[in-house]
Amino acid sequence: MCIFNYQSGSRDNSPVFKRRSFIKTLIAFPLGLILASSTLSWANPPTSEVNTTGLAVTDDTVTVGILHSVTGTMAISETGSVQAEKLAIDQINAMGGVLGRKIEYIQEDGASDWPTFAEKSKKLLVNDKVAAVFGCWTSASRKAVLPVFEQYNGMLYYPTFYEGLEQSPNVIYTGQEATQQIIAGIDWVVKEKGAKTFYLLGSDYIWPRTSNKIARKHIEKLGLKVVGEEYYPLGHTQFNSVINKIKLKKPDVIYAIVVGGSNVAFYKQLKAAGIDLTKEKPLLLTISVTEDEILGIGGENIEGAYAAMKYFQSLDNPNNQAFVQAFKDKWGKDIVIGDVTQAAYLGPWLWKAAVEKAGSFDIDKIRAASPGIELTTAPEGYVRIHENHHLWSKTRVGLAQRDGQYKVVYESEELIEPNPFPVGYQ
Amino acid sequence: MFEEYSMAELTDILFMQGFAGLILFSVLVLMALGLAIIFGQMGVINMAHGEFMILGAYTTYLTSHIFETYLPALFDGYFFVAMALAFLVCFALGVLVEWGMIRFLFKRPLDTLLATWGLSLILQQSYRTVFGAREVGVTLPEWMMGSYAMTETIEVPINGIFVMVLTLFIASGVYFLMFRSLWGKQVRAVVQNRPMAGAVGIDTGKVDRYTFGIGCGIAGIAGSAFTMIGSTGPTSGQLYIVDTFLVVVFGGAQSLIGTIASAFTISQSQSTLEFFLSGSMAKVITLLIVVGILMLRPQGLFALKIRQ
Repeated sequence: MCIFNYQSGSRDNSPVFKRRSFIKTLIAFPLGLILASSTLSWANPPTSEVNTTGLAVTDDTVTVGILHSVTGTMAISETGSVQAEKLAIDQINAMGGVLGRKIEYIQEDGASDWPTFAEKSKKLLVNDKVAAVFGCWTSASRKAVLPVFEQYNGMLYYPTFYEGLEQSPNVIYTGQEATQQIIAGIDWVVKEKGAKTFYLLGSDYIWPRTSNKIARKHIEKLGLKVVGEEYYPLGHTQFNSVINKIKLKKPDVIYAIVVGGSNVAFYKQLKAAGIDLTKEKPLLLTISVTEDEILGIGGENIEGAYAAMKYFQSLDNPNNQAFVQAFKDKWGKDIVIGDVTQAAYLGPWLWKAAVEKAGSFDIDKIRAASPGIELTTAPEGYVRIHENHHLWSKTRVGLAQRDGQYKVVYESEELIEPNPFPVGYQ
Repeated sequence: MFEEYSMAELTDILFMQGFAGLILFSVLVLMALGLAIIFGQMGVINMAHGEFMILGAYTTYLTSHIFETYLPALFDGYFFVAMALAFLVCFALGVLVEWGMIRFLFKRPLDTLLATWGLSLILQQSYRTVFGAREVGVTLPEWMMGSYAMTETIEVPINGIFVMVLTLFIASGVYFLMFRSLWGKQVRAVVQNRPMAGAVGIDTGKVDRYTFGIGCGIAGIAGSAFTMIGSTGPTSGQLYIVDTFLVVVFGGAQSLIGTIASAFTISQSQSTLEFFLSGSMAKVITLLIVVGILMLRPQGLFALKIRQ
């Protein structure tokens, strides 16, 4: 609907504003008559009521944005999120949409380039007036779009597990923040496997470093020992030296947060060096390898490793079975679903719930309505939005199998409270 | 840092660390040979080198699938077929690229940089379209993935030995081709004096085409071998390109011996430093050493002496 398309900055320009809604009412009136005369009902609340800030909402559609990298390095990871968001939107539309309006989406490509993310998010918010954006994957891309979302008051649903230390009124974080993922995993490995010594390893950027910092604090708090901590540049492909060091130090647990292409090199070389993960000493615990990454690594190379995250494709509950089936029906039977893909799937559903609770598409009303929203239909089970815009969720530990799936060996009893600013861990 | 370990443990680790350095050395040589041939003999900087490597990796991936489906009995040996195919496919694409693009840019060497960079982007997006954005897993025969235990603690990765043997084989092949064959003589003649080489009846265009093709073909073999140690995805080639250029430039652009010497220096300092420092610091210091030496010897470690 580009007739309502004016320049940025008109948010506080009230005369234009009034004129706009006046025009809109004028248009909406005859439109409503037409709709009434066709079989559509009057049950849909009128657009002027549910949309007072000029978002792209009409009497029968609402437009949202999808902003991920489908080209460039990050396309490997972000493809799954795009697929999940489209599936959720399709399913919501099949159920009748949101407030009686079908969801339409505009997809933009961030092209693995952070300034492009910022530019595209501005385009979505200012030109397209989208009612919500589902997108971003890396923390760098999220940090790049954050000022844009705060300036133009948009709402971003961000799917990736990440390092925490952030809380924005304009972002709902549907993945886990670091403490949720790390602490439960370490507690489990200490209690169940009797681990005493840890070797921390990661790719060299903010997420692995922050996460290992939290892990180290927690390990030391438990009175146990970190025998080594190391970082390798992103894209590093030679891990023989560090594997030798691990052999020398003989830790009980290798705590690995290696990402991207390095992952493949790391696990292949670990296996080639004779470290058999199925023997459980040393045991490997990771928070960065989902089923998506195993596709590239190969199940036979990572068999026996443990991963701590909130979702595995093999989770045994009716929600998840339906989700996996629908996902495969839409995107092909060989596809795998990782933690982030599931978190991306939650985005549109959480937004729908917030809109319906608020009875409005207005960003401010959605923000006010969001805390406390529950989703009982989530594939991972039950989730609830916390006041800090993160999700209460359970943490699970999975054991990597030869076929590339995880077998769930542990699930936290309670939902774990998100705590993006953990005191005593920084 | 070593007081808590016994002498025997330390010797074992020293041995394994030395071996890790040798593996890294072989990997670097294998990566750089193809680029060194093209850069050294033609003066063309092939920015798409990494993408040719990944083409080799994808060829291996497809071959493994064909063997798994149609010839499961021969699966243990598929890797050799895959490497040969990788060479052929990359050689063919290399010849095509030279014919369609590079030969028009000979007078403008800097433009080849831009053109081959463009080519690398085109190839990346083609891989993404054909094979999907996600990484693919190449299944390897079981015998290639284990390790050979020499003693209780010394374990030698079999794929490491494989890469070392392969590198030796390819490097001596290249040596033979360049310095012991008629074709090599022609290549060297063209490098030293193109007009005169043409005047004595050497088809310089053909020499260039096959030089480029062979360089790309070797990149393909390298890519195929690296499915054992690295990832196979549309942009995986980017992981290797920086190290490759580092080796070639540091070694001296026109010298194959220089490439080998430089790979040796870089790999040994890298793996020694990695052992005593963390990975990122090791990289930083290695790069500083390289920069320092290049400031003193801008032509690289070895430079070909030719009359200007």
